[in-house]
Amino acid sequence: MKHLRPINQKAKAIDESVDTQIAAMQDDVVALQQQVRPHVPMGCTLSFSPGWEVDASGGTAGLCQPVERDIYDCYVTCFWPVQVPDHVNYSPDWASNCSAAAKDWRSLDIIFP
Amino acid sequence: MSAPLTHTYRSGEVHRFDAQGQDFIYLVSAGAIFALDGAVGEVLAMLDAAEMAHADLVTALTTGGYSPADAEDLVRELRLARVIVSDQTVLAPSPPKPPEDYPLQALVLNITNQCNLACTYCYEFGADKIATPNGKPKYMTIDTAKASVDLLLAQSGGRPAVHITFFGGETLMNFPLLREVVAYSTDQATAQGRTITFSLTTNATLLTDEIIEFLAVQQIGVTVSIDGPKEMQDKRRVYKSGKGSYDVIEPKLRKLIARHRTRAITARVTLSQGVTDVVKIFRHLREDIGFHEVGFAPVTESGEQAYSLGEEGMVSVLEQFHQLADEWLDYALKGRMHGFSNVSETIGELVQGTNKSHPCGAGLGLLGVSPSGDLSPCHRFTDADSHVMGHVSSGIDRKAQGEFLTKGHVGSKYECQSCWARPLCAGGCHHEAFVRYGDTGHANLHYCDWIRQWTETCLKIQGTLAVKNPEFLEKFAERKGLS
Repeated sequence: MKHLRPINQKAKAIDESVDTQIAAMQDDVVALQQQVRPHVPMGCTLSFSPGWEVDASGGTAGLCQPVERDIYDCYVTCFWPVQVPDHVNYSPDWASNCSAAAKDWRSLDIIFP
Repeated sequence: MSAPLTHTYRSGEVHRFDAQGQDFIYLVSAGAIFALDGAVGEVLAMLDAAEMAHADLVTALTTGGYSPADAEDLVRELRLARVIVSDQTVLAPSPPKPPEDYPLQALVLNITNQCNLACTYCYEFGADKIATPNGKPKYMTIDTAKASVDLLLAQSGGRPAVHITFFGGETLMNFPLLREVVAYSTDQATAQGRTITFSLTTNATLLTDEIIEFLAVQQIGVTVSIDGPKEMQDKRRVYKSGKGSYDVIEPKLRKLIARHRTRAITARVTLSQGVTDVVKIFRHLREDIGFHEVGFAPVTESGEQAYSLGEEGMVSVLEQFHQLADEWLDYALKGRMHGFSNVSETIGELVQGTNKSHPCGAGLGLLGVSPSGDLSPCHRFTDADSHVMGHVSSGIDRKAQGEFLTKGHVGSKYECQSCWARPLCAGGCHHEAFVRYGDTGHANLHYCDWIRQWTETCLKIQGTLAVKNPEFLEKFAERKGLS
């Protein structure tokens, strides 16, 4: 810390902790951010896509969009290669046989990149 | 795009003090002490006047000459250290509750409840006693003592070192047992690859050359209850006949201090009505008799006893405490130990940054054992039916312990929540509270002003040393490192 000088052992522990936190802030992930401040992560967390939730009865039948539609939220709109195939790099055609997810989702297959 | 969090800041719980022209803060939520620069002072002054939104605070600092980046850094630093608090931050209650299986660190063995003196203010036998010893053993047996040692070793988790304090009554009235316990517990601890250390409290009347030799060889710490030079010692520390004890103990103390060099020999003075000449007592015990450390505490009583210190007595005692504290600082600036324990103990805790959940280790890392084997929160509750906390044969009564600790937690003491001195005080002695208010969980309100004044004095000493002789403070880095 620049402005507070620790005088006892507890203060030294706080000093180290604050320095660590400040360093962590400076190394923060910024890939999805358009600017450093304010820190607003971009991507699916900001888009309201009904389907991530349950409907008023606790089921999925009454959602505005079918749950299967979620696949595209990860596949197309968000680069998130762990959960679904990577639309940008190696599996551009993965969903080509699945024009309506609620009806055709069975045609989606495992891929081996 | 959602809007960024809008922080509104107020000053955190800080107690400001200065020493040697340097500004400091005592951060109450943690027990931490920081030296400040002018910028922090400005922020605190602004926030003391009114709460401020983040942008307003940064603008005010920028107007005052700081660059926007510096101002942001400053505010962030203060927020992370919790010197300033944002309305967006939810703070966990501090300090947290200790775990339920907190390992034992020390036992106080009351190896007898018998005493050869009849000090008129005695908390064990005097007017405000809470002990109920009728029909109970007067002397601890070796079986009970061994069971106590076994309990300590079994319940102390992985601690590499544990401690036993021998206590009474008059401890040395059961010296044969003490000797056996030292041998037994050393063997048991060594077999487990652990160490065990010992201390005892005594009135010194029964010290002999043989006992002194034993204490020195076994490196047993000795605390002597003594009230000062003859006229003060003999006022209340008397035999049952009324005869004073000074003439008996004085030559024995000189022998003890001359022979026993392996541990600090400490005097523990009880201040009571007419025994308030702190400086004179200190000079006699430290310089004439030669004790390494001398500590003072006002007598514990219900507030109605004739031997009570009273308001006037307290004022005079405090003035003299401050005189000795000044001397302590002069010594410390020259790198020397002065021997006034009331400062040394507090500085030890300030150097650590102690932030107590409970006023002391009673019922937590420390338990008392009565001659019958009953466990209690500490030696002051020995033989009191109202405070039994298990038995050495059946173990710790976790329910009774839980209730005692819940009551005693500083967070349960309403009056303490607005006091900046609570990291060190935590409401004060459980026993004192019980005698005064009939409740171990009651804050010792009759001492609040005194504790705050004393803590302030010790903070200033710490601040002065931090500026002028920081190396000296390092001697206190190890808890109880000096005794």
